[in-house]
Amino acid sequence: MRVALEGVTVRHPAASSRSGPALGPLSLTMEPGEQIAVVGPSGAGKTTLLHALACALQPAAGQVQFDEIDPWRLSTRRLHQQRAHLFLAPQVPPLPPRQRVVTAVLAAMLPQWSLVTSLKSLLYPADIPAARLALAQFDVADKLWDRVDRLSGGERQRVALSRTALTSARLWLVDEPLSSLDPTRALQAVDALTRLARERGATLVVALHQIDVAKRFPRVLGLREGQLQFDVPGVDLSAERLRALYAQHEDELLSTGYPTRLPEPEAAPALSRR
Amino acid sequence: MSTSSVRAIGRVSPTERDPAWLSRLFWACAGLAVLAPALVATEFKPWLLFEPDSLRVSGQFVADFFPPKIEPAFLALVARETWRTVAIATAGLALGLLIAIPLTLLSTSVLSVSSITGRMKTGPLVVRQIMRAILIVLRSVPELVWALVFVRVVGLGPTAGVLAIALTYGGMLGKVYSEILESDDRHAAQSLLRNGAGRLATLFYGALPQSAAELTSYSVYRWECAIRSSAVLGFVGAGGLGQQMDNSMKMFNGSEVATILMAFIVLVAISDWVSARLRRVIG
Repeated sequence: MRVALEGVTVRHPAASSRSGPALGPLSLTMEPGEQIAVVGPSGAGKTTLLHALACALQPAAGQVQFDEIDPWRLSTRRLHQQRAHLFLAPQVPPLPPRQRVVTAVLAAMLPQWSLVTSLKSLLYPADIPAARLALAQFDVADKLWDRVDRLSGGERQRVALSRTALTSARLWLVDEPLSSLDPTRALQAVDALTRLARERGATLVVALHQIDVAKRFPRVLGLREGQLQFDVPGVDLSAERLRALYAQHEDELLSTGYPTRLPEPEAAPALSRR
Repeated sequence: MSTSSVRAIGRVSPTERDPAWLSRLFWACAGLAVLAPALVATEFKPWLLFEPDSLRVSGQFVADFFPPKIEPAFLALVARETWRTVAIATAGLALGLLIAIPLTLLSTSVLSVSSITGRMKTGPLVVRQIMRAILIVLRSVPELVWALVFVRVVGLGPTAGVLAIALTYGGMLGKVYSEILESDDRHAAQSLLRNGAGRLATLFYGALPQSAAELTSYSVYRWECAIRSSAVLGFVGAGGLGQQMDNSMKMFNGSEVATILMAFIVLVAISDWVSARLRRVIG
């Protein structure tokens, strides 16, 4: 999916009118299949950008376009159909505590399923192999039958990321997917995410705090106070650029202990792990 | 603790004072000022209970309760009427759910697609307000009044009780269900909606798993209330234990009243136990 932002300004519905916009004005385009990291200090507008791209926030000014279509000109019904092509993974895993992992992962298929299929899947999971394979991408296949509230924070985050393997969306918006993962797990997760997106031909936008991980992305957007500071390939992410981006927020720029070079992508864990 | 800090507690400097204290004091006084006229209006004089005359009357009434009547024929009658009471409460609540669930789905903002982007659109907002108005009307008419209406329409008997409970409880359940759904964490449901899931699918995959325990325990509590309600409704001829109690009261037969009250206690205890079990299973 080709995404174009033109002079997009976003305000939060609850924000007072005196405060400036949370994002923008911002203009950029994303080509189908691009993989983009968004970095910047807390409050820079990373989440706001993802929400604007997910049609969860309507721009106060400017235009968002998906394949030349402005979603905000569509009827509410058509707009909601459009949302099935967008996948937003929020920072906090959106999993009900009493739900089983298998149900939580299969929920990613709800936009494709009819209501009857969704209800039948509550009685008996509709596609157990698919759910297991999706979880295996993030190395949590053994949690398939567990309840979400039995999982650790990191496991929950990986289960939530597993939904990407089942979505039919063509634009993936992932908000800080690594916040509760240790460095090794974080690398595996980013690896799986980028590989899956490449396999599906989906455009991937990831908001990140881990600069070392962001450096791997072919394109990195630097946001500060809602403004685009730079739009460069990850390899060009120089120390000066980062210092300017994180000025007065240097504590967020501490080395996170991630190796700059990632290991070669491994083959996906086999289905027969369990 | 040094002497200087002890002294400091005695004379607190203005900056160390709790800024909320004055308003808290004001609202406590305001609450009392509102309560006082209410006590006057209701002629609240609890000491009358303890005057010798009242003590003698109430003592006699309570003394009549002992021993409870345990003749097999009467016990069989109580058992039959207990079963009828349970049936009235259950059927009434089930019908109430039929009213409450659609109204909940239409009135709760958790499942609103247009509210994903912040504010709900005018159309859905109007529908929501209409549904809330319907819920208000349903539950603001006391079930006793509904029962009196239905006794005229369908005649004396349990049907009137069932219909009365269904309407009032439909209104109560609808309101509380939508409030439970709205007050619980919406994150899961909102996330599904944002990714394009349908409203009903979102209900079953996001909102219900989040709130199932609260919804269940509230429904079971309402079943308990429906059993009590059906007792009151019995007094206006809607059948069940209440009607039996009305007869016994009119005959001043305290021992029969005592037996019937015990049946109620058993029913409420059972519902309490069921609720605890269900919560443990779901929670």
